[in-house]
Amino acid sequence: MTKIKINNLNLFYGSFQALKNINLSIEANEITAFIGPSGCGKSTLLKTINRMNDLVEGCKIDGEVLLDGENVYGNMDTTLLRKRVGMVFQKPNPFPMSIYDNVAFGPRTHGIRGKAKLDDIVERSLRDAAIWDELKDRLNKDALGISGGQQQRLCIARALAVEPEVLLMDEPTSALDPVSTSKIEELATSLKEKYTIVIVTHNMQQAVRISDKTAFFLLGEVIESGNTERLFSVPRDKRTEDYITGRFG
Amino acid sequence: MNKQRYSSTYAISPKKRMVKRMNIKNFKDNCAKIVFILAACISILAVALICIFLLANGIPGIAKIGVFKFLTGKVWKPGNSIYGILPMILGSIYVTAGALIIGVPTGIATAVFMSRFASKRTVKIMSQAVSLLAGIPSVVYGFFGLVVVVPLVRDLFGVSGTSMLAASIVLGIMILPTIISISEPALDAVPNAYYEGALALGATHERAVFRVILPAAKSGVTASVVLGVGRAIGEAMAVMMVAGNQPRMPKGILEGVRTLTSNIVMEMGYATDLHREALIATAVVLFVFILIINILFSVLKRRAKL
Repeated sequence: MTKIKINNLNLFYGSFQALKNINLSIEANEITAFIGPSGCGKSTLLKTINRMNDLVEGCKIDGEVLLDGENVYGNMDTTLLRKRVGMVFQKPNPFPMSIYDNVAFGPRTHGIRGKAKLDDIVERSLRDAAIWDELKDRLNKDALGISGGQQQRLCIARALAVEPEVLLMDEPTSALDPVSTSKIEELATSLKEKYTIVIVTHNMQQAVRISDKTAFFLLGEVIESGNTERLFSVPRDKRTEDYITGRFG
Repeated sequence: MNKQRYSSTYAISPKKRMVKRMNIKNFKDNCAKIVFILAACISILAVALICIFLLANGIPGIAKIGVFKFLTGKVWKPGNSIYGILPMILGSIYVTAGALIIGVPTGIATAVFMSRFASKRTVKIMSQAVSLLAGIPSVVYGFFGLVVVVPLVRDLFGVSGTSMLAASIVLGIMILPTIISISEPALDAVPNAYYEGALALGATHERAVFRVILPAAKSGVTASVVLGVGRAIGEAMAVMMVAGNQPRMPKGILEGVRTLTSNIVMEMGYATDLHREALIATAVVLFVFILIINILFSVLKRRAKL
């Protein structure tokens, strides 16, 4: 089932065109990886899905991004869109408050007040993010006091707490050590049962390890997309082949 | 270090000329150093002299009156040689508290607006206005209080007008620039990642600002409030002009009140002997207050990494 469909999307930063006529389908309950060299537009495209590009001054978009058939650039309320489409950033960005309050921030934002209910959500989210056992005894400690890898999993838990349908991950492991990276990768693989995951990565091995579909970006265009295995074993485009064999990038 | 780099960069010029140039430069450097050290010494010396003067002249007075009697005495009657400054201590505390009630919410809200809501143009105009507010002499604030705030209080409540309330309002306005000019950079310094993180969870701009950014800046904002307290408690002229200055225990917000500062200013002109010493001792108490506030401020500032 197609969860997200991107049709004829063009994006401009002022006069610079960052994305050129993107057409892409993202399937539900799969991990889709965006790969490509720096500045190719993969993060930019990721941010069009939950409209985080709205924050960038001078950013203009035409085309459509359909979430379950509904255009996110139509009449959709951005706060509701971002509740449905969660995001994990490149650098772990837990808020400077307790671990509990970090996870509870999203649900509270969407009007959940009861202590018991919030306790439930916090526990479930931390369990889903496979970090409950590590943090359950220090829920009231400052979130900035835990390790970088734990912070990133906390951020994933925080995103899961609002029960999104899609989880966008913008190079979520690029600031982490190998052990934390493999934990996040395992986590992503286990999360795709419930969520649709889109991950931007610099690391081609990572794409191979965890993703079902891959899209290769170059200079603002999608050069090639398809099954990860197929794309990496028999790339159809010469440029994809050059990139995945390490000839540039 | 700098000198070495300089010489290696200009190593191409003939050696002699270079040595001469170096000597002149050394001389200039040394002169500058001495001037700066002198300047630094003057400020340190000033602080030290004030401390010594206050303690040397104030402590004997306190000793003569008795520490306990002086600090907790409810009556101030220099004519009868009764020197209790509790009314003035309380007066200062109440007036400052009133100023905070008025100034802190307004100041913080203004800082939040400037940092996260206003357009660049508006911010430019507002920061000019805030620095102007900071530069207005306190006697002008006092005058404003006397011709605007005092009549307002008089008309609204049917009292004489010079009161704790009037003093609090005037001081509340006076501490605004302090609070705004320290809170705003603290809010600006909050990493954008927090803001983006909040928005990505579906928070509105307002919620992200008030629930994530403002708490993240709390050390800086608290520091601004502490400095505001220092400004309010140390202000003499404006307060004296609107507070009524009756040396008695504070009776209510619509009644007149005397602060530590106005106590000194009102009576220093004609005070002699023990009376004079008691006034200097009042300054010692004020000085201790300010000292505590400054220590608190520097602790908070370090925590806020400003």
